[in-house]
Amino acid sequence: MAHLENTAPIDVRRLNHWFGTGDARKQAIWDVNLTVTRGSLTILMGPSGSGKTTILTLMGCLREVQDGSVQLLGTELNGASEAQSVALRRRLGFIFQAHNLHESLTAAQNVLMGLEVHGRGNPAQQKAAAHHALRLLGLDDRLDYLPSNLSGGQKQRVAVARALVSNPEIVFADEPTAALDKDSGRTVVEMLKEMGRQRGTTTVMVTHDNRILELADRIVTLEDGRIVKDE
Amino acid sequence: MTPLLTYLFGRLPIGWLQLSHNRTRLLAAIAGVGFANLLVFVQLGIMGALNASTTAAYALFNADILVSSADANTLTDGSNVARQRLFQALGIPGVDDGTPLFIANLEWQRTDGTSSTLQTFGLGADATHFLMPEIGADFGHLVLEDTVLIDRSTRGLAGDALEGVTPNTPFVFEARDRTLSAVGTLDVGGGFSADGKLFASDQTFLRLFGTRSSGAPNHILLKVEDGIDAAVVVDRLQAVLPADSVKINTLSDAAAADLSYQTTERPTGIIFGFGVLIGVLVGIVIVYQILSTDVAEHLKEYATFKAMGYSQGFFLGIVFEEAIILAVLGFIPGLLASIGLYAGLAAATGLPLEMGADRAIAVLLGTLSACSISGAIATRRLAGADPADLF
Repeated sequence: MAHLENTAPIDVRRLNHWFGTGDARKQAIWDVNLTVTRGSLTILMGPSGSGKTTILTLMGCLREVQDGSVQLLGTELNGASEAQSVALRRRLGFIFQAHNLHESLTAAQNVLMGLEVHGRGNPAQQKAAAHHALRLLGLDDRLDYLPSNLSGGQKQRVAVARALVSNPEIVFADEPTAALDKDSGRTVVEMLKEMGRQRGTTTVMVTHDNRILELADRIVTLEDGRIVKDE
Repeated sequence: MTPLLTYLFGRLPIGWLQLSHNRTRLLAAIAGVGFANLLVFVQLGIMGALNASTTAAYALFNADILVSSADANTLTDGSNVARQRLFQALGIPGVDDGTPLFIANLEWQRTDGTSSTLQTFGLGADATHFLMPEIGADFGHLVLEDTVLIDRSTRGLAGDALEGVTPNTPFVFEARDRTLSAVGTLDVGGGFSADGKLFASDQTFLRLFGTRSSGAPNHILLKVEDGIDAAVVVDRLQAVLPADSVKINTLSDAAAADLSYQTTERPTGIIFGFGVLIGVLVGIVIVYQILSTDVAEHLKEYATFKAMGYSQGFFLGIVFEEAIILAVLGFIPGLLASIGLYAGLAAATGLPLEMGADRAIAVLLGTLSACSISGAIATRRLAGADPADLF
């Protein structure tokens, strides 16, 4: 059993988290335990303010762990150095609620940023990979558009391509389908699920979107910073 | 531009793309850096003009050693020197020749109501070889009573007023109740304390300034014999002449000491030096404002890059890229505007404002480092922050 726990890409133990300082200090996460298995699609649900995004960013190495333990791809995040965090983040793919595309870069250049961080491959290969990723998401004719000339859904698909282009081991997604119509939202989640089957990519997703719940392997429900349902 | 920079950096030139994305802001930033450059250039120019006008007076003379009163810091302050020091000096081995040097300011009131202050130099009438060749050649004519050489660049005088002046067609004017004939001209220009220069023989000088005595010139100029080191002769003179009444320096040492005195002890020098400092500080603040605003405006995008696994070095790279682009693009208009302003100021004041390559390069390097340091400081708020707190 201990061996199995070590190989889980994400293993959260007795995680607590607080926001604010002094009198304004407020506990947001209460004693959360969660083990995510490789290649699975886990959905975090719950009302707003329940701590879904906080847990996602703690697991995703975007927020410093204050108390408890998060094992991410075999590395303890509590007390991890900046260099360890940087190295880990390169193995992850993040899809944010807001697309967070760089306004000065074209769609293809934004996706390229997801590859350049690894520094591997020659520029021509990287460019080809970026174009391929955008084509898979139906953006062949938008490669050289700046984000300001793309629709909300198109921007979100560029952000998805940017997160997936480097074949991450874990994909964290925060409301990825909010800006997408039903079909393309489902297409994105099916892609993630397919990546899980083929390459063992693990996905953790925060969503309110009932349309995609049926695709989940596991649905974890949070309320007031605690896990109240795990099915 | 983008493909070239991509090739150079081995990555997308985010800094350039970011800057060129918003043309209006880029132009404002370039204008800001250019203005900071202009500010520093103007202060340096005025400081440089002060220095140049100080040393220019020494360059008029072709002498090796300057003997001055012990309390003199410049050519125009301090007590007079006893003429007997000249005769004493001529007896020292290695001293070839000498001349007294009289200096005073002459107010030249013209009939049209304008006036100029002429810094007047009186030397022995046979001392032609103690002057720079352009002046020395005409100085020989000054053996005649009340003849002078006058400065073509005298401030307040119409540009062509002194054209065609020769010994046969002199320019006649009146000053201090005497009628003077300018039989030749020189082109030096004024400084901070006078509008132009005037050269006369010591006899003419003493007639103009009746209160001055032929036994008490301001300075004594000496030439050493060929092949003898002036510094050695200075030592010999110091051994003989009393240190409590005269000081003896080579002419170049005297010029350097004057320059240092003007810049560190005189109010004008200190004020202009302070102006350079303020100009540099204001320039740094402007540049810092531009770059820190730029970082703040892209914080969300940088946070995304940070979440993707880019390290602090990458963000420093972007900001340095921007810093260098802004420094270079801002420097060009700043330099051009400064050259124009120098020309305008020089025309208006007659002061020697010139843009030297050394000054331009120093300001460019200063701008590059100010931009880079500002950029490094501006990215510090990224370094400690969790990406999740920056969205």
